[in-house]
Amino acid sequence: MVLNNIEKLIEKYNKAETTLQEEETLRDYFTSDNVAPHLDHYKPLFQYFSKAQEEQFTKDVPLKPRKTIRLYQWISVAAVTVLMLGLLIPTLRESGPKTLADYTPEEQELYNKTKSALALLSSNFNEGASSMNVLEMASDNFNAGLYKASFVTQFGKKTNEFLKQ
Amino acid sequence: MKQADFVTLVMPFKDKVFRLAKRLLVSREEAEDATQEILLKLWNNKEKIGEYNNVEAFSMTMTKNFCLDRLKSKQAQNLKIVHSNYTDSNASLQKQVEARDSMDWVSKIMEDLPEQQKIIVQLRDIEQYEFAEISKMLDMNETAIRVALSRARKKIREELTNTHRYGIK
Repeated sequence: MVLNNIEKLIEKYNKAETTLQEEETLRDYFTSDNVAPHLDHYKPLFQYFSKAQEEQFTKDVPLKPRKTIRLYQWISVAAVTVLMLGLLIPTLRESGPKTLADYTPEEQELYNKTKSALALLSSNFNEGASSMNVLEMASDNFNAGLYKASFVTQFGKKTNEFLKQ
Repeated sequence: MKQADFVTLVMPFKDKVFRLAKRLLVSREEAEDATQEILLKLWNNKEKIGEYNNVEAFSMTMTKNFCLDRLKSKQAQNLKIVHSNYTDSNASLQKQVEARDSMDWVSKIMEDLPEQQKIIVQLRDIEQYEFAEISKMLDMNETAIRVALSRARKKIREELTNTHRYGIK
């Protein structure tokens, strides 16, 4: 009865239709001592399968926690630096005098002198610029003259043509 | 994820990874290296581990791919992995030797199977995965797996019968 069952299972097994439970039954049968002689050649197969299950991985795996230096950590460093500079620079500048009244009288006098000297220079420049206007007018007259002269050349051409005829 | 959590997660299937690697790469050292590599890869991607719905199946797929790549590169170098698992079995009684011998035959026969059949036999007959799980790991449909498995079993059976009767007939 048992043998009959095993033979059926073997047939199914060879067609790869057995379930895991049925394969377990087969494995149990063939690892036991009383195996029918005509099925003897299956013995090493199932014995090998059960033996092969027992092999273990014994090597150690070095699991080091990975150092995760990510970009955003450096970005935060950069942001803090920028912030510090932004606070520092205006405070450095605030220490100096701000309006004209804060300066000493000598400095104020110097400032006024420079200002008037520059104003003088600028007015002279303006004078020069206005005299340039005369040149501009002359250039306009020249252009008018050139225009008239073009008539003369035209006239000359025509007379040449007539002369050729 | 802490190291201890990772170890408890990986513990149940690290031997399975190793055995699959050994089935494919044959040499024990190669298989150990491969397993180490797989576990380190998992460890390095531990933040993403929660996203995989089945870490074990994922690892088996990874192992399969890794070993096949490894075999491919070995073949490209024209360097076959040589079986060199020397064991020092002091108790070499005749009976033990014989038993070992016929079991070794099975592993030798399995070495000659095509890679895919090797993987399927390993996953089904040794690791006892359901067909549904295997189909997920190998990205194959169940019918194809059954066909390949039946072929592999047939091949093993024939070889085994031949060696078993060797000298008798």
